Amino acid sequence: MNWKRATIATAFVLPVAWLFRHGLTQDPREIPSPLPGNAAPQFSLAVFAPGQPPLERPIGDTVRLSDLKGRVVVLNFWASWCLACRDEHAGLSEVARGYAGKPVTFLGSLYQDTPGNGTQWIAEMGGQSYPSVNDPKALTAIDYGLYGVPETFFIAADGKIARKITGPAPPQVVRHILDSLLVTTGSP
Amino acid sequence: MQSVNGLVGHGALLIALPFIALGIIIVPVAVKRGRRDWLELAYGAVYANFALMTAAALAMITALVTHDFSVSYVAQVGSRETPLFYTIISLWGALEGSILFWAWVLSLYGMLVVAINKSRAGNLVPYAAMTLLAISLFFAILLIGPANPFLNVSPVPANGPGPNPLLQNHILMAVHPPLLYLGYVGMSVPFAFAVGAVLSGEAEQNDWIKVTRTWTMASWGFLSAAIIAGMWWSYEVLGWGGYWAWDPVENASFLPWLTATAFLHSAMVQERRGMLRVWNLNLVVGTFVLTILGTFLTRSGIISSVHAFTTGTIGYYFLAFITIVLVFGGVIVAGSSDRLRSKGKLDSAASRETVFLLNNLFLTAFMLTVLVGTLFPLVAEAVRGVKVSVGGPFFNRMSLPIIAALLFLMGVGPALPWKIASKADLKSKLIPPTVGAVFLAAVALVVGIRDPYGVVVFAFVGYAATANFREFSIGARARRVARGESWPTAFVRLVEGNRRRYGGYIAHFGVFFVALGVAMSSTLRTEHEATLQRGMTMQIAGRTLRLQDIWGREEPQRQVVGATLEIMDGNRVTGTLQPRMNFYRTQQEPVPTPDVRSGVLGDLYLNLMAFRPDGSTATIRAIYQPLVPWIWFGGGVVVFGAIVGGWPTARRRRAPAPVVVPTPPSPPPTREPEYAA
Amino acid sequence: MVGRAILALSFVVATSAAGAQVPSNDSTPRITTDAALEARTSAVAAQLRCPVCQGLSIQDSPSELAQSMRSLVRDQLAAGKTPEQVKAYFVSKYGEWILLSPPPRGFNLFAYLVPVLVVLGGGALIVFAVRRWTTAPSAS
Repeated sequence: MNWKRATIATAFVLPVAWLFRHGLTQDPREIPSPLPGNAAPQFSLAVFAPGQPPLERPIGDTVRLSDLKGRVVVLNFWASWCLACRDEHAGLSEVARGYAGKPVTFLGSLYQDTPGNGTQWIAEMGGQSYPSVNDPKALTAIDYGLYGVPETFFIAADGKIARKITGPAPPQVVRHILDSLLVTTGSP
Repeated sequence: MQSVNGLVGHGALLIALPFIALGIIIVPVAVKRGRRDWLELAYGAVYANFALMTAAALAMITALVTHDFSVSYVAQVGSRETPLFYTIISLWGALEGSILFWAWVLSLYGMLVVAINKSRAGNLVPYAAMTLLAISLFFAILLIGPANPFLNVSPVPANGPGPNPLLQNHILMAVHPPLLYLGYVGMSVPFAFAVGAVLSGEAEQNDWIKVTRTWTMASWGFLSAAIIAGMWWSYEVLGWGGYWAWDPVENASFLPWLTATAFLHSAMVQERRGMLRVWNLNLVVGTFVLTILGTFLTRSGIISSVHAFTTGTIGYYFLAFITIVLVFGGVIVAGSSDRLRSKGKLDSAASRETVFLLNNLFLTAFMLTVLVGTLFPLVAEAVRGVKVSVGGPFFNRMSLPIIAALLFLMGVGPALPWKIASKADLKSKLIPPTVGAVFLAAVALVVGIRDPYGVVVFAFVGYAATANFREFSIGARARRVARGESWPTAFVRLVEGNRRRYGGYIAHFGVFFVALGVAMSSTLRTEHEATLQRGMTMQIAGRTLRLQDIWGREEPQRQVVGATLEIMDGNRVTGTLQPRMNFYRTQQEPVPTPDVRSGVLGDLYLNLMAFRPDGSTATIRAIYQPLVPWIWFGGGVVVFGAIVGGWPTARRRRAPAPVVVPTPPSPPPTREPEYAA
Repeated sequence: MVGRAILALSFVVATSAAGAQVPSNDSTPRITTDAALEARTSAVAAQLRCPVCQGLSIQDSPSELAQSMRSLVRDQLAAGKTPEQVKAYFVSKYGEWILLSPPPRGFNLFAYLVPVLVVLGGGALIVFAVRRWTTAPSAS
């Protein structure tokens, strides 16, 4: 029995075992996005769901990201067929109402869906406090590196993407992020 | 309160554990004390393990069929609406059930190994049985630990969600997993015999290879069938029109197949020349490690794939087991390597032995390519912190040259004799097949293949097929001349006279069919998509399809929406296809079922992509895939070749060539090696 | 798990007898008549991974997002961008993960070199071994 060789063979096993152990601590489905920290991609999309006062905008109005410079933007991608979007909907609407006086704009963007379905869904869910726009060829969604819905992007006043939340956005997390972004804006 | 099923099942698994542990401990003790009667106890443990695992499996099947939702696994995959057939096969549909099935198949192999070989003298069989029990121990621990399928569910639910809809769509779901397990788990047997050979001091002889030969062939045959069945299932069920995506779990089944194929060839070199003994040990241990690795990759959630079952603690159990197996295997092989190294001799570089060495080289390179590619996302993430993908394009690009080389070798190996090929041999055997190469290359160009690799594959298949065929025809002709037999009789007797050799050539032909099918369907596939109203037509590959109807129907567990399309030849309807979408109550997204019409020359493959709720239009994706049925046919031929080659013959085998090994004779079996436990 | 929650295929489902709706507002046909452009699009699309599928390319995947991405690839190629630029765009949005083959740079070279090294190294070993085995003196 050649113990020297046996020991050498064993030594090779250790990095393999370490690699697998490390792999077990990671989630292969979680892909980090390269967007946070960079300038938010521009978009120009038409409103299909007006939202409610005081945040509403008329149907057909064009929302451009460039117009919103100086404000914090919460961009939420959703769809009527998305089950998880139901979880966050009421919370987002309420938070949006709470920040009505502040330089914050909440915007929904419809993903892989029709405005008819979207409007119907909003009605079923009891209304949406902020407007939603339609993204017909998913160009804006792809521009934001969307994997699915819901995904929420927080764009700071300087136009850079500060945070991205994948999955339903809990209201307290949204408030926390908004508060920290508004501090840096120096809001009144 | 647990039901009878739960009690029996869980109880059987609990009782199995001490039996297994007992068996593992008795073997080395019995060997050390020279008490062969104690070995009967160990063998009894093997039988008891099989009986108990069978009881547990039967309890689970009973629970599934009677919808006993107090059993956790049934609550997870059972449903009153699922048809009986799919209920039974949901035994292996989710993690815990599949572990139970694995444990049962392993216990079956253990029982058969002992029953068939126990009368053999020496310590090979006892140590092999011990090894199989040790593997069983791991799975038994899983079954009463993180993978317990018999947990009690209280309060008992009235119904369950049913198995994953993807597993209810096709009959191949009944075929692929059992075949895969028979193949995968079967690779434990050569591993157990290899370990047994080293521990019992018989590794210098070739007996352990002879004893395992049938087991290895059978497992290899099952694994080959399983891979083909998996490809066929993916093709018919998943709807993307392909059959191999280099998904991690596909690779997991392919990796041990590659090393097992290498072993089948290099084992012949060991039997004839007594060489490559350490290498063969490496191959056998490696094959087993790859089966466990494959299970680890698909069950731990470490790599996301179509098959990924779950995340959770079970990954750590597998990690521990892999580490133990790797260390144990490494110690066994490395530790005995200098003792086993042969001072063998080859007569000539121009010989079948050399070709087999090259065969092993390319198969190993193939295995390492696929292994590195599959694990690379893990490595890159650990080293660079960045997630990368390694998908189809990478594997296709890296493996094509290796596949080409292997196809060519498949023509050279059968042509060359063992030991030494004279110049005349080389000329008469290696030059005529070039006619076949040129012919098939011309065929490829004529049918329209312009991809260089496509033409190369055709050419090499032409070469190798001609060479393999000539082995049959030359041999049969010799028999006709010598004995006056008719052609059919000559062929049959030729094969019977050396089953392993000619079974291997038959398997080679199977591979040729698969290669041609893959080459054609990858290079000459055509696709078209259209949104049709009733009565409208679309064209694909010279054929016309007319949408005749869009329909829906209710089934107990799902709603089905389908489109009926007629295949037109001029004004004549030559057939209909009905691609469907299945809506399961428990799923948000529908599961598409494509419909395929297979012909000898190719498949017409239709998928229903979308439709209007009023049934006015349907969007159909049509693909024409030439020669795809040759892949499934080729798979069948490979398995047939394995059966012919592996079928044990009643007659005495031909004695192998004398083994030229100058090492001292191994000690008599009863004297224990110095490192026995 | 978050990932599972947002996995989406192209088909809109209303699991009632009313059936499914076609969700796309996009009137662009999935496959245009410009064969050369289609070929170039397919070539690039085959190298990009579908974000919501298991390892499929956006060329092979029937999902709506994959088709939208493929449309975008076609539009960018038609507008004059090179395949490298198109791929770089997607990498800037999705990360290196979106490429089905890891770019052969830096550490990734390891994956590409292993097969080559194995064949060369193993081949050299075999040449060496065969030479040794065919010239070694035969033992009785």
